[in-house]
Amino acid sequence: MERVSGVWVFAEQEDGHLHDVGLELLSKGQRLAKELTAPLAAVLIGHQVRTLVPRLYSYGADYVFLVDDKRLLHYLTLPYAKVLIQLVQLHEPRVMLFGATSIGRDLAPRVASNTRSGLTADCTDLQISDVTQRGKLHKDLLLQIRPAFGGNIIATIISPDSKTQMATVREGVMRMEKTDDGRQGQIIDVNVDLGEEEFAVQLLERFKEKPRVNLKAAAIIVSGGYGVGKKENFRLIEELARVLGGDVGASRAAVDAGLISRDHQVGQTGTTVRPKLYIACGISGAIQHRAGMSDSKKIIAINKNPNAPIFGVAHYGIVGDVAEVIPRLIEAYKQRSR
Amino acid sequence: MPYNSIVCVKQVPDTSNISGQVMKPDGTVNRAKLPTIFNPDDLVSVELALQVRDCYGGRVWVITMGPPPAAEVLRQALYMGADEVALISDRRFAAADTLATSYALSRAIRKIGNVDLVFCGRQAIDGDTAQVGPQLAEKLSLAQVTYAEKIEKIEDNWVYAKRKIEGGYERVRAKLPVLVTVMGDAAVPRPFNAKFVMEKKRAQSRFELERMSEDNPFYYYYNDLHKLEKKGLLIPTWTIEDINAEEEKCGLKGSPTQVYKVENVVLTSPEHKRYEPTKADLEKLIDELMSDHIFG
Repeated sequence: MERVSGVWVFAEQEDGHLHDVGLELLSKGQRLAKELTAPLAAVLIGHQVRTLVPRLYSYGADYVFLVDDKRLLHYLTLPYAKVLIQLVQLHEPRVMLFGATSIGRDLAPRVASNTRSGLTADCTDLQISDVTQRGKLHKDLLLQIRPAFGGNIIATIISPDSKTQMATVREGVMRMEKTDDGRQGQIIDVNVDLGEEEFAVQLLERFKEKPRVNLKAAAIIVSGGYGVGKKENFRLIEELARVLGGDVGASRAAVDAGLISRDHQVGQTGTTVRPKLYIACGISGAIQHRAGMSDSKKIIAINKNPNAPIFGVAHYGIVGDVAEVIPRLIEAYKQRSR
Repeated sequence: MPYNSIVCVKQVPDTSNISGQVMKPDGTVNRAKLPTIFNPDDLVSVELALQVRDCYGGRVWVITMGPPPAAEVLRQALYMGADEVALISDRRFAAADTLATSYALSRAIRKIGNVDLVFCGRQAIDGDTAQVGPQLAEKLSLAQVTYAEKIEKIEDNWVYAKRKIEGGYERVRAKLPVLVTVMGDAAVPRPFNAKFVMEKKRAQSRFELERMSEDNPFYYYYNDLHKLEKKGLLIPTWTIEDINAEEEKCGLKGSPTQVYKVENVVLTSPEHKRYEPTKADLEKLIDELMSDHIFG
């Protein structure tokens, strides 16, 4: 069997639908593979998922490891981990990327532990570079970049002695770039050997709602932070979003304070967004938040504190109380948009 | 039927209250400079373990790996009603990444043995990686149920649990023994029990006694050590040898990931305009956005 040991991406699928994050990672993986002059491979696990393979090619996969078995219809930690561990041991990819989804974050650590691979969670950037450390040159390492320690710093993590360098990345962090619809690749069919011990956890019921908010696709986002203060004031955020035809976002602090539900969270541990207009209201601008919105085309920051870090990424800054500024902003918009 | 639980907890810097210089040049955290708290998700996992014990019987162990001051979270676990605690502490564990941490914890759990449920918090607030739970499960060759928001029941050696996924939940059953990672909203941690606080407030580790003897040359801690031990108030401290771990798999040496560099990244926008929250200024702002075709 031919060994394919370049850059690998776990192509997460559920009910026969590919998760966006896998395609985003293929887009990023293609660049990494190019720098390593190595192939890009996707690992696709499930049942009756062969039809998804062309889509993986079109996002840059040169190879698709296809693991198709009816016992793999729904994600389960142990059988999925076993399959991946076997593949990683056999091929020793240089880099393996997972989406930081509830599946990826359950699966990746298990695979990394077994294969003694370095694993970094929630990377916001990935690069290839030579690294000299303690007088020793490591060629072509994966730089795993992530905010750390409550967002006070950006850390670059390396795994110089790992055969496979692993990382998870949240959905939306990497840009999805389709290369070519007709692009071809090669399927590598993988046979699985699963025993009863792999089914020590059984799925009894699964309930999943369609996401109510789709911040990734929003053109205008009005976000509220802890500085909004109370739930009543959050209505103002919703009102402004409604008037502008936008969606409502939030900082982690606002979500933690119970001002709004978690599916609205923007930032490193929420959704990464790139709208045309982002209005940050009462958000101080911790780095995790900024990392998730600083690519917006235009950013307006409204904050009482003139020194809030959010002003550092904003194109327009308004120093003032959210409760007073927003109604005036709504009024101004209504005036001028007539 | 009684079930024994081991809960892995962590004392963490209170990342929401960071001040001053806390990062060391090597990119690791100078924990001595920080206020510390019981990691929130771990507190909830102690609660779930106690609920299992209250319902079915069994014993609850709470263990932590950390520097000597981490004994504080173990005392707090005792105040909540934990039966046994242990502090896994050795300079050679320092600077462990998630893999080296899960290895050390796995050795400690094997030392305790006879466990039905291992509980971990979903993640710690100082790293947010959520990796130690699944890695520990792998090291122990246990099945795992991550993101648990409810333990429904234990029946015929199967635990029934509800776990959170994006936009919904899964209900699963897992054969014991199993490792469970717990969401912070799975339960409300019980308050300290006044009786346990009275009983356990003098519980100390040998490190804490040693420290007192460093401060006071006339204090011989051996007497107190034996007294505490007799009263069952000595918090056991386990070194690499005590848990029979291989040194090269511990601490910095056993960590495949390394911090290469850390930086304060300042994100700046090319142009920055300040507007006053006045009618005239806000209308000017709207006009500017309109001319950029931002709306519609």
